[in-house]
Amino acid sequence: MIKHVCIWLMLLAPLSAQAAIDAYEFSDPEREERFQQLTNELRCPKCQNQNIADSDAPLASDLRREVHRMLEEGEPDDSIIDFMVTRYGEFVLYRPRVTETTWLLWYGPFVLLGIGVLVVVLISRNRRQKQAAASSTGSETPTGYQPSEGLSAEEAERLNKLLQREKDQ
Amino acid sequence: MSNRKLFAFIPLAVFIVLGIFLWRGLSIDPTELPSALAENKRPIPAFELPSLTSPDQMLSNEDLKGEVALLNVWATWCPTCKEEHGFLNRLAQDEGVTIYGINYKDEPGKAREWLRRYLDPYKKVILDQDGSLGLDLGVYGAPETYVLDAEGRVRYRHAGAVDATVWQTLKQVMEQVRQENAG
Amino acid sequence: MIDMMVPELGEYALILALCLSILLAVVPMVGASRGNELWMGFARPLSKGMFLFTLISFLCLSWSFLYNDFSVVYVASNSNSALPWYYRLSAVWGGHEGSLLLWALILAAWTLAVAIKSRNLPQDIIARVLAVMGWVSIGFYMFILFTSSPFERYLPGFPQEGADLNPLLQDFGLIVHPPMLYMGYVGFAVSFAFAIAALLSGRLDAAWARWSRPWTSVAWAFLTLGIALGSWWAYYELGWGGWWFWDPVENASLMPWLVGTALIHSLAVTEKRGVFKSWTVLLAIFAFSLSLLGTFLVRSGVLTSVHAFASDPERGLFILIMLAVVIGGSLLLYAIRAGQMRSESSFGLLSRESLLLVNNVLLVVSCAMVLLGTIYPLIVDALGLGKLSVGPPYFNALFVPLMAIMLIFMGIGVTSRWRQTEISQLVQQLWLPGVVAVVLGIAATWLYSGELQHWVTIGIVLAWWVVLSGVRDLYNRLRHRREKLAGLTKQSRSYYGMVLAHLGVAVLVVGVALVSIYSEQRDLRMQPGDSISFREYTFIYDGNRHVEGPNYTSDQGQIRVLRNGEAYTEMHPEKRLYTARGNVMTEAAIDPGFTRDLYVALGEPLEGGAWAVRVQYKPYVRWLWLGGLLMTFGGLLAASDPRYRKRRVATAAA
Repeated sequence: MIKHVCIWLMLLAPLSAQAAIDAYEFSDPEREERFQQLTNELRCPKCQNQNIADSDAPLASDLRREVHRMLEEGEPDDSIIDFMVTRYGEFVLYRPRVTETTWLLWYGPFVLLGIGVLVVVLISRNRRQKQAAASSTGSETPTGYQPSEGLSAEEAERLNKLLQREKDQ
Repeated sequence: MSNRKLFAFIPLAVFIVLGIFLWRGLSIDPTELPSALAENKRPIPAFELPSLTSPDQMLSNEDLKGEVALLNVWATWCPTCKEEHGFLNRLAQDEGVTIYGINYKDEPGKAREWLRRYLDPYKKVILDQDGSLGLDLGVYGAPETYVLDAEGRVRYRHAGAVDATVWQTLKQVMEQVRQENAG
Repeated sequence: MIDMMVPELGEYALILALCLSILLAVVPMVGASRGNELWMGFARPLSKGMFLFTLISFLCLSWSFLYNDFSVVYVASNSNSALPWYYRLSAVWGGHEGSLLLWALILAAWTLAVAIKSRNLPQDIIARVLAVMGWVSIGFYMFILFTSSPFERYLPGFPQEGADLNPLLQDFGLIVHPPMLYMGYVGFAVSFAFAIAALLSGRLDAAWARWSRPWTSVAWAFLTLGIALGSWWAYYELGWGGWWFWDPVENASLMPWLVGTALIHSLAVTEKRGVFKSWTVLLAIFAFSLSLLGTFLVRSGVLTSVHAFASDPERGLFILIMLAVVIGGSLLLYAIRAGQMRSESSFGLLSRESLLLVNNVLLVVSCAMVLLGTIYPLIVDALGLGKLSVGPPYFNALFVPLMAIMLIFMGIGVTSRWRQTEISQLVQQLWLPGVVAVVLGIAATWLYSGELQHWVTIGIVLAWWVVLSGVRDLYNRLRHRREKLAGLTKQSRSYYGMVLAHLGVAVLVVGVALVSIYSEQRDLRMQPGDSISFREYTFIYDGNRHVEGPNYTSDQGQIRVLRNGEAYTEMHPEKRLYTARGNVMTEAAIDPGFTRDLYVALGEPLEGGAWAVRVQYKPYVRWLWLGGLLMTFGGLLAASDPRYRKRRVATAAA
């Protein structure tokens, strides 16, 4: 029974995913833009993975109020972020700071990309070398149409080229 | 071609590592947040707020220093707080634990009535109507219980109701903190 | 009397389906390895039976919902007699248990489809493919029956009325999004099954790739549609105009999509050139594994998400074990058998093959990045290094450059030749499209916004690049024909599918670029008479009106919209109170358009009779979903290519 209650509550959970609209006034449009950006990048500590801009939890509302207050007081973005981290920890940053803990996160994909490109280059080179080795020793059997009674060498070559082009479509 | 054969095992190896992390993840609660102040042993934030029970008296962080104590964040709108209240009463009465309270984003009249009805285990209760102290502490829901050391530093936070099992952990932390000070 | 039995009937049907799936997993598989035709012949009838009983089970649950049988716990938690019938039926998959039953049904349906539409496949292959699908099905039936049965009853007393479906789900989106999404997720099980069958039989050739391709394209098309529908639904339902949040559940659907896209391209190469065989098999295993992983992430409580179905670690453990068996088993099989595959031909450093390989690398790295970002908080926590969050700023920062690089290569790849392409040839083909793309892109960006914001410009230039290189490719194909128009009809459906899908990508990119940078939003306090303007539109607030709905009451805002000063339309955002559960919901008012959406949502009432109102201008947002639709149709078109159906050639009597 308890389990079912918990499931009910889980289904209720998305309900908090509703627009949270405060009508804050800003002394200039640049601050309003910074407000939108900051509240988009700060996580609501309580909600199920929402930023404080979109959550209508009372805590999110309080945090938006604080961000607005600090912006109007002229605080730079960094100190607003520090304010939040001091109280709620790194958890509240959707853009994780680049530290030793997050090197793998930020640089891993690029390393992986580099490895991938290297593999592509190596494989293609390898194949081409094998192909070159095969044809240089003359062990590659000729494919396609060969000059014969009905085809001159020139015609055979043209025919092969045309067929190749069709095949490549 | 043995190199190639070894490479073929890489996906399996990666999956096994991933699987271990996922399995560990099953026993972790992703919604539980450790207190940022406790991690860095920061002092309780400076504040000056009225006492709930004697409104003309102002309380500040100085009032929370002097001994290892619990700091409980509660409100009348929080049903879990009611559940743990009985246990807190017992802690205060039978075990002599010092518990301070923060009445968080609540109506003072309702809160006083609540304490009258359900008994008051708190040595002092801070009235935090707009939640500013809660914000500075990093409160993200009620109830929460913090362990403070004698110098008024935050050492541990438990989010959720305090019951017998939780009390064991809190007791351990409090002992540890006391020993640190003594030594 | 019968209605009282219906849920039990549903449960028994499911048990029968489980039994059939066990037989399906074992008998044809053994038959294939022994060459026993009789045993292999059981595969098709067993598949049909498994589908039939799963369907019966699903219909029983639907019946319970339709006729408001609140003695069934799942029905009582998710429905209400005041709910309109179409929502009562879609509520079947509105929660964890029922959505799993939908999964199982769709899996059985795909199994049936493969059983029916594969007359021209060798018997041992089809036996193995169906058997593998049986294996996967066993896992799901057991999961449902042992941990998540939707047929559990309240005994003896049950509620008179249900708790109602979450109002957020009382929407057309619920009717279409999950089924389409699951069709995609589950569809990758087919290419997975083909891959495993190929590994088991040791037969991995161009024929295998040809059989797999249409199934994979269709699954991919459905997944694309499902994701697009999800994005569209979130946009108009959630009230703040967002269309992608990099939420774990969304990532769970994006990851198989990325690998699925790589798979489609890789299958093309394997089919035509006989290369990349083991890589393609691995991709097929990855794609379905990511579908399963997604199922785990969404239902185990390991990650927090607004969309999470359930947070039950006990169930999570069951799924994890299933993952270990299916994914671990298949990767082990791959590791053992992969070495036996030999490539049939070779290719040069610059060739269609290598460029498609680049495509694969970029897609797989993007997928790995999304996976890393999604589970990084879990990894850090499990290692005791604290609690971290990884959100849109991270994903956007890495995904966008990766995709930009891919778009560049898309243009080059489309005009490249198999085996070997000379750089000079590529340059000769592409310099003109490239230059024109840059010119048109810069011009279009300047005309639209009066400035050259870098991401927007890059995005639009790249979109033009994709289109123009495609045009160049088409021109090449028609160049040697005397009648160009006739030449158009001679191109295969597969080719047009590709053209359509790539066009869809270009359209999507334009939408993303413009809506991300040039959206405008203001949250403000409005009193009757107040107005605000964005570009040529002016929004005038005329106060609220009280409205009664079927199961809610609402405050409906009256907004007049002027365009260039003239009356244009009226918009009616609502704040609804649903009577059953007592929740309050925001219904945004949207004026859709081809080049822009106007979006208005109500916040809370403020003092003095004013309301907090959010007004947004979203340029080209519809292009996102239009792009998705084009990709979907492209995939379906490519799958319908007749060359995948072996024509029975009439042989002349000797």
